[in-house]
Amino acid sequence: MIFQITWFILWGVLWAVYFMLDGFDFGVSILQPFIAKNDAERRLVLNSIGPVWDGNEVWLITAGGATFAAFPTTYAVMFSALYTPLFIILCAIIVRGVSIEFRGKSENPLYRRAWDWAFVVGSFVPALLFGVAFGNIFQGLPMDASGYHGTLFTLLNPYGILTGALFVLLFAVHGALWLSVRTEGEILERARGMAKTLWPVLTVVAVAFLVATAFATRLYDNYLSMPFLAPLPVLAVLALLAAGYFIFKGKSAHAFVSSCVTILMVTFTGVAGLYPNLIPSSIDTKYSLTIFNSSSSQYTLTIMTVVALLFVPIVILYQAWTYKVFSDRISVEGIARDEDAY
Amino acid sequence: MDVLSLSRLQFAVTAMFHFIFVPLTLGLSWLVAYMEWRYVKTGDVQYLRMTKFWGKLFLINFALGVVTGISMEFQFGMNWAEYSKYVGDIFGAPLAIEATLAFFLESTFIGVWIFGWNRISKKLHAVSITIVAFATNLSALWILFANGWQQHPVGYVLNNGRAEMVDFMALLTNANGVSKFFHTTISGYVIAAFFVMGISAYHLRKKQETFIFKKSFHYAAVFGLVASLLIGFTGDHEGVIVARTQPSKFAAMELQWETVKAAPMTLVAFPDSENERNVVEGLKIPNMLSLMAYHDPNAEVKGLKEFSREDRPPVLPVFLSFRTMVFLGMLFILVSATAVFLSRKETLESSPRFLGIMMLMIPLPYIAAQLGWIVAEMGRQPWIVYGLLRTSQGVSTGIDVAQVVGSLAGFTLLYGGLAAVDAYLLFKFARKGPDKGVDEIVNMKRA
Repeated sequence: MIFQITWFILWGVLWAVYFMLDGFDFGVSILQPFIAKNDAERRLVLNSIGPVWDGNEVWLITAGGATFAAFPTTYAVMFSALYTPLFIILCAIIVRGVSIEFRGKSENPLYRRAWDWAFVVGSFVPALLFGVAFGNIFQGLPMDASGYHGTLFTLLNPYGILTGALFVLLFAVHGALWLSVRTEGEILERARGMAKTLWPVLTVVAVAFLVATAFATRLYDNYLSMPFLAPLPVLAVLALLAAGYFIFKGKSAHAFVSSCVTILMVTFTGVAGLYPNLIPSSIDTKYSLTIFNSSSSQYTLTIMTVVALLFVPIVILYQAWTYKVFSDRISVEGIARDEDAY
Repeated sequence: MDVLSLSRLQFAVTAMFHFIFVPLTLGLSWLVAYMEWRYVKTGDVQYLRMTKFWGKLFLINFALGVVTGISMEFQFGMNWAEYSKYVGDIFGAPLAIEATLAFFLESTFIGVWIFGWNRISKKLHAVSITIVAFATNLSALWILFANGWQQHPVGYVLNNGRAEMVDFMALLTNANGVSKFFHTTISGYVIAAFFVMGISAYHLRKKQETFIFKKSFHYAAVFGLVASLLIGFTGDHEGVIVARTQPSKFAAMELQWETVKAAPMTLVAFPDSENERNVVEGLKIPNMLSLMAYHDPNAEVKGLKEFSREDRPPVLPVFLSFRTMVFLGMLFILVSATAVFLSRKETLESSPRFLGIMMLMIPLPYIAAQLGWIVAEMGRQPWIVYGLLRTSQGVSTGIDVAQVVGSLAGFTLLYGGLAAVDAYLLFKFARKGPDKGVDEIVNMKRA
């Protein structure tokens, strides 16, 4: 039982870190059309995430792999039930990945604009659909003994869409703050302005989400029966407020850190609310997939735990090192001189 | 078509497309790393230009390898949910470990390598690409542990209606996985070697940047010769293991219908699966097949008739793929030996015909690698886990034809488009040659 709980926590951590890291990549590209006015500025926006986006994306692959290894039944049901949205997410992520690498490989303006849009759409779509998918998981999927009963449109219910909007806004603010700590000049000013505009909108949607969650899901039940979990949602709210405070104070770095904490805590809040379910059934709780009825054997979980405890800290160390190497601010002029930039 | 056939087709399309890009990066990463270490050692800017030129071609492929890999991972859950439930206890672990150990390393350090030219020391920069090369190969190791288990399940018990792992070491020492790792990664080295030789040949024919391309050609020729020889050895070893662990695949590869002792090798043959015999059969080498399969000239080789019809793989495509692959493998040894000989004698530029041949050779190792996967995966049929679970039992039950038609069409269109852009970019940058400006930039930075 201890291993299942360990892997449940690790499962939550992998998704939370993924959203925290790739979240600003998504946000930066969602904002690109609003923040960058010409080719040089679009190039700058792209290069702000250039050195790190690929490493960030691997957290998704690890989250997927960990689901497969630790909770294979959940992996199987989750991805076959969410077949079409997952297919769309995959296409979008493929398109985004190549757009970053391919965009700068030709001077042709038409070619560049095409990849610019691939970059924007390829980031917006997964940001939204991850939210929709998690919103639906929080609510529970229509599953019984014979499997999943629903279509793509079942997923596009009001609560799912609200969660999608919450994700998009969280990432957009996060991306604006990333640009505020990574860039110089006009882009920096526009990014700060964007954070000021979007943060109030995000706050309104977050409040709506907190209220809707009480009606649409059973996430709060766990917080009533296990009050020691209460710091998670409390910290999520405090971090969001802190982000706003620092945004309006003009302290971008503080605001970005607060935004990181917000995304981590929002994800933990959702995941802890699910416990012991991974995917609740909205038809009858006896069909829910829990960490106990869908997990791997204790032997496999032990091996996986050893691997994770040994290597995830190392991953965090070298990824942190790369953030340090690429911590300086970049500018349109600097990028123009740098032949290795995208 | 039904969900099963469509899902199989989709897996084949996406896996084969993924394996256009991955094998090149397995080998090219080592070559680029070697070039950069030459630069670190000599300080000669020509080596830096060489590194950047091949590095650019490497990156175009690398990006596509990464993004197409993501869709592979998730398809197990999407299309093969029953399989995932059945084997997840074992199969999921190497995939998760691959991501944790290898994929993080390569994806993080590729960013350092692309953007780190002026931020970290020369040595640390060369270390970055070396880490990328190591991690790319390490990633192949874990994937092939997973695939090796599918080919030859070991270290498990059947429990709760699924296979559960009881011996992790058995998975890591599974002869099928280990041998497949060497055979597959080294096939990537052959692909990279012929890729570099072919493009170098193009520039040498035009007599441009001869310093860079003579060196590149020479490195690749030596790398290619060693790899081609090793691919022969590892291929032979694969055969031995397949004969032992997957006798129906082996029989299909060799068109062996009857179970016989002291089996001869038939050089010319063509099957008639309907009547369970070969319509053409000639040029037999006595005892050769037994010798190759079991390293014993009198050993018994199992024939296809040993297996009921529904347990046999599709004979013709497996056989043809296998024969063509072996033929190509021998050709690679011959051609790369010639390449080493000519590049050592410094007579490359005066052999335009040979250089022309080298350009035409580029696609052949790619074809050989694809054929190898057809032998491995089609030869495993009708099993998704050999002898344990049928492919038809592994497919998702909760998805419908329309969904898979949609995703199959979507993947095919998307991948087709990406392949076109990739080919365009590779041609463009391969023809353009190394960037001119590096000397000036290096001088500017020193000043």
